[in-house]
Amino acid sequence: MTKADTVTMVDAINLALGDAMADDAKVILLGEDIADPEGGGVAKTTKGLSTRFGELRVKSTPIAEQAIVGAAIGASLRGYKPVAEIMLMNFTTVAMDMIVNHAAKLRFMSGGQTNVPIVIRTMTGAGRQTGGQHADYLEAWFAHVAGLKIVAPATPADAYGLLRSCIDDQDPCLFIENVPLLWTRGPRPETGLRVPIGQAKILREGGDLTIISYSRVANAALAAANAAAERGISVEVIDLRTIAPWDKQTVLASVAKTRRAIVAHEAPRSFGVGAEIAAVIQEEIGDLLRSVMRLGAPDCPVPFSKPLEQAFMLDQDDISAAIDAAVQKR
Amino acid sequence: MTYMSDSADMEKFYRRVALIRINDDRAVATIKAGRLVMPYYSPRGQEIIPAALSMHLDDEDYIATIYRGIHDMLAKGMPPKLLWAEIAGRATGTCKGKGGPMHLTYPPKGIMVTTGIVGSSMPIANGLAWASLLEGDSRVTVAYFGDGASNIGAFHESLNLAAVWKLPVIFVCQNNRFGEHSRMDRTTSVARIADRAGSYGMPGLHVDGNDPVAMFEAAGEAVARARAGGGPTLIEAVTFRFNGHVFGDADEYIDKAEKAAAIAADPVPRFRRWLIDQGYLTASALDEIDAEITEEINAAVEFALASPFPDLVELKRDVVADEVV
Repeated sequence: MTKADTVTMVDAINLALGDAMADDAKVILLGEDIADPEGGGVAKTTKGLSTRFGELRVKSTPIAEQAIVGAAIGASLRGYKPVAEIMLMNFTTVAMDMIVNHAAKLRFMSGGQTNVPIVIRTMTGAGRQTGGQHADYLEAWFAHVAGLKIVAPATPADAYGLLRSCIDDQDPCLFIENVPLLWTRGPRPETGLRVPIGQAKILREGGDLTIISYSRVANAALAAANAAAERGISVEVIDLRTIAPWDKQTVLASVAKTRRAIVAHEAPRSFGVGAEIAAVIQEEIGDLLRSVMRLGAPDCPVPFSKPLEQAFMLDQDDISAAIDAAVQKR
Repeated sequence: MTYMSDSADMEKFYRRVALIRINDDRAVATIKAGRLVMPYYSPRGQEIIPAALSMHLDDEDYIATIYRGIHDMLAKGMPPKLLWAEIAGRATGTCKGKGGPMHLTYPPKGIMVTTGIVGSSMPIANGLAWASLLEGDSRVTVAYFGDGASNIGAFHESLNLAAVWKLPVIFVCQNNRFGEHSRMDRTTSVARIADRAGSYGMPGLHVDGNDPVAMFEAAGEAVARARAGGGPTLIEAVTFRFNGHVFGDADEYIDKAEKAAAIAADPVPRFRRWLIDQGYLTASALDEIDAEITEEINAAVEFALASPFPDLVELKRDVVADEVV
């Protein structure tokens, strides 16, 4: 593959936004620093879009997350398809009322008279020493709220396809971008590609064990699975891609086959997405199981110091150790 | 906005005020009679404010309001039958019984959001107004909220954004002097909330919200400015709530003399007397309007209470577009 055939995650997201805006005049963007006079976003993800589509459709905002999400909700009630950037996932906490009490619930509370087709793009993830308030994975908080859809791509092509699907969707979607993955390259997505919300991807087939993951950790899981093959262990790897609603069918079919499951994510293990998936596996196909494990971060804030941050982050070695432990269980 | 001189306009204005007043009396009576159970935040005493605003609004204009907002909705055209069926939790309600009194919604009349969260009407109102700029239309959006909401972050974020983006939005603070059980002067750094508009570079109007003429003129000025592309306005409409924070509130935190004086100055009979004195409408014409509205509300109550409750399958519907499996 030549470099021309590949794009970064940032490129893929930029392409998805530009293509969606070109296809549909109702697609509008807002967020801190996103317009070109401010540099097209702190990660340059929205670069060129305000110049191309005008500053009425691509609006830089004050640093005011409630106002950002509220404006997105209001415009969506009039048929617009706003994509709001909340720069970092920790900053969604400032807008929780708008996301949880309003975006997620207006369709239900209005008896279906209104709906909120917004996308909230947000970056997060440890690995760049940003410390305790710039790197949390808070997806479990949002997954606990009915009415929200949550996606977390691990490759540029999936980022493009999932973002296009989120923009098409009639309900609020949270689109999680992993910071260390933003400048990694992958195959250039086909223009117009859609990755359906709720559809997992089997990254690698295997018979001894299933690893279920998403975002950065899905890539680590694939690397660990490839390494395990050299030790004679056959690991199936599923990238959920969508966290809510997650692809139960694909996961249960795989675990029914392998009879061992590891759910792995960067967020803390306790009360996480892994707990929910492990519980559903147990409830649905418990009779078939040999083992179910969860992997995640320890119960502490994301630390600053490099050795602490590295120890905090679930990586290929942690997953390899878990694979070995799982297959030894009867 | 020109001074109202037309009897037909006055009749429209009075109809809105009377509808709110009669509807509230009926709600209180129905709860007291044990025929209806709901959290009820009575708007009694605040009738003039949304009635005056709505004189300047069309169906195509929008409002975002709050849990104490039934007056705002009735003034904007919410059909009483749908309202009553909703507050009774029935399938025939405007939200199929799934919203209730704090979340009434009726898009055909521009009633887009009713929130139970203090301050949250404002950020959403900005988005409704942003869409007017995108569409290039002259629709305006009114965000209703109370004095207590002027202390929450959403107020400050929203006024700033609206001013920076020059949005066609009118922030209407119905200052009823109490936020929940707290007197305004014990929680709020300024004596006049309208003064806060200056911090955000927008006009702030301090007006007696119980004075129909003053309120009509302030509303007209703000709506005209928004329609003409002049940006947002903050209106502080001073009023009083007669029935406490929520139904059942004993009001022990309100000075008895203050409350008695406010009730003695009840804006509804005051408006009525003024209409007669000024020769706009006769007492018998006003009585006829009252009787007509009373009949409409009675029919709405009976319609609501005779309506079925929602089917339990509704738990799975309207969560997202597709039914939840």
